Amino acid sequence: MKVTLRVWRQENETAQGRFEEYEADNLNPNMSFLEMLDVVNEKLTGDGKDPIAVAHDCREGICGTCSSMINGEPHGPENGVTTCQTYMRSFNDGDVITVEPFRAEAFPVLKDLITDRKAFDKIMQAGGFITARTGSCQDANALPIGKEVADLAMDAAACVGCGACVAACKNSSAMLFVSAKAGQLNLLPQGQPEKDTRVLNMVAAMDEAGFGNCTNQYECSAACPKEISEEFISKLNRDYLIASVRSSVKAKPTTMK
Amino acid sequence: MNILHALFKTSIGKKVIMAVTGLILVGFVIGHLIGNLQIFLPPEKINEYAHFLQSLGKVLWLIRIGLLVAVVLHIWMAVSLVLENRAARKKGYQSQKTLRASYASRTMKYSGLIVFAFIVYHLLHFTVKSTHGEDFYPMTMLHGEKVYDVHTMMVLGFQQPLVSIFYLIAIALLSLHLSHGFSSMFQSLGLRTRSWSGLLEKLAITISVLYFLGNAAIVIAVMTGMVGIQNPDFASCCPVEAHEVANAKH
Ligand code: HEM
Ligand code: FES
Repeated sequence: MKVTLRVWRQENETAQGRFEEYEADNLNPNMSFLEMLDVVNEKLTGDGKDPIAVAHDCREGICGTCSSMINGEPHGPENGVTTCQTYMRSFNDGDVITVEPFRAEAFPVLKDLITDRKAFDKIMQAGGFITARTGSCQDANALPIGKEVADLAMDAAACVGCGACVAACKNSSAMLFVSAKAGQLNLLPQGQPEKDTRVLNMVAAMDEAGFGNCTNQYECSAACPKEISEEFISKLNRDYLIASVRSSVKAKPTTMK
Repeated sequence: MNILHALFKTSIGKKVIMAVTGLILVGFVIGHLIGNLQIFLPPEKINEYAHFLQSLGKVLWLIRIGLLVAVVLHIWMAVSLVLENRAARKKGYQSQKTLRASYASRTMKYSGLIVFAFIVYHLLHFTVKSTHGEDFYPMTMLHGEKVYDVHTMMVLGFQQPLVSIFYLIAIALLSLHLSHGFSSMFQSLGLRTRSWSGLLEKLAITISVLYFLGNAAIVIAVMTGMVGIQNPDFASCCPVEAHEVANAKH
């Protein structure tokens, strides 16, 4: 099959950027979108031109590195998959496909389709962890956790941190990401000691990074390659409210300012 | 962590303020509609009700100030959120598809803005009483007391096509605003969960449709003449029987 690509090209963070068109011919419909770009880049390199810079790593939908807005949808037309799991059979022969980087002030474009998503790392550093005892393994099942709770935490833990939620949101809000990362820990007993500070600090880091606010339209959930439910956002709101109230009334040790 | 900082300065806090003020306003508009539906009863009912509200004195002012604070906070937070959201993506996409966001959710700021313009006009019309001439604010006798004839004021209002059309547009947009807002406020407060989000969505639509129909019924009843002026001072407008009933009473 054959498609025409309209790809965003931008030399570096400060360059203007523009769309450029490329023909991709002799494609196998069972190629992934990234393999198709490989073919195009092979040819560009052969012609002595700069290949299209595109982020990718695992190519099996688990690392969250790949990130492209394909025909106006993060990760392309199919639901519940990443860009690397999008196949050319999802397009028609002769299609014109527009490929853009994820866009948000908090995700500056580094080159072509690659954005800098370190704002997510900052949010994780602010509270996306637990304090665990190191050393030898604990006995398995020493800590009983209900199956439903474990499953729900697992749903949230499916987040690969790709940023499709931010890319899809009209307000560039990172609420689905933050709610999944905080939610997976807040649901489990291991997450309880730091629950309040986690929620307060992660939301503060999110605001600080310049993401927008959630307007409850759930585009994030619809775009999420892991189909994470907006229910976690509701939970984050609830946990945040409780944490704010509790932290303003609770007794604090003298060492804490 | 200061609670005021959490409410006014963080993204989630601002949404909580939107939701709580939204809830107060929803409660108010539904109560207001139920009060207004008394137009279908004999005029004394709604005049009595209006007189009761007027006679609350200090309490009335407390309610008014409470509502004013709610509206001001609601709009303040709306403006602040919209500005931040704009700033969060300065360069947009060439093409972006809408995946599941409802029309109502995408037009909250516009529906809200027009509703706000209507509220200002509405307050000038019936609370300040400055949009129309003196003839539009008649008095009547109720239990030996001279009170505003709110029944006639409403009918006179809706007998003007422009007022009625603006009213219908504002009510339609407020219903649209509520069709998203009603479920959105539960989400903002962390009360919307998978187990009942479907029901909540249906509830929001049902309430919005009923709210629109209830208000539209009043306008249509006046415009079609089903509900007319029954104040004897407006002889030209009164159906004969009402005239006689009114005269007999005097
Ligand atoms: C006066 C002008 C108004 C403006 C400019 C306005 C604007 C807005 C905006 C921008 C939102 C946020 C939408 C979102 O985050 O998705 C909102 C939410 C809401 N509005 Fe209004 N609105 C107005 C009046 C009203 C009135 C009169 C009511 C009630 C009858 C109301 C009820 C709500 C509710 C319930 C919400 C949902 C709160 C939430 O998302 O948590 N609004 N409004
Ligand atoms: S490359 Fe790892 S998820 Fe796509």
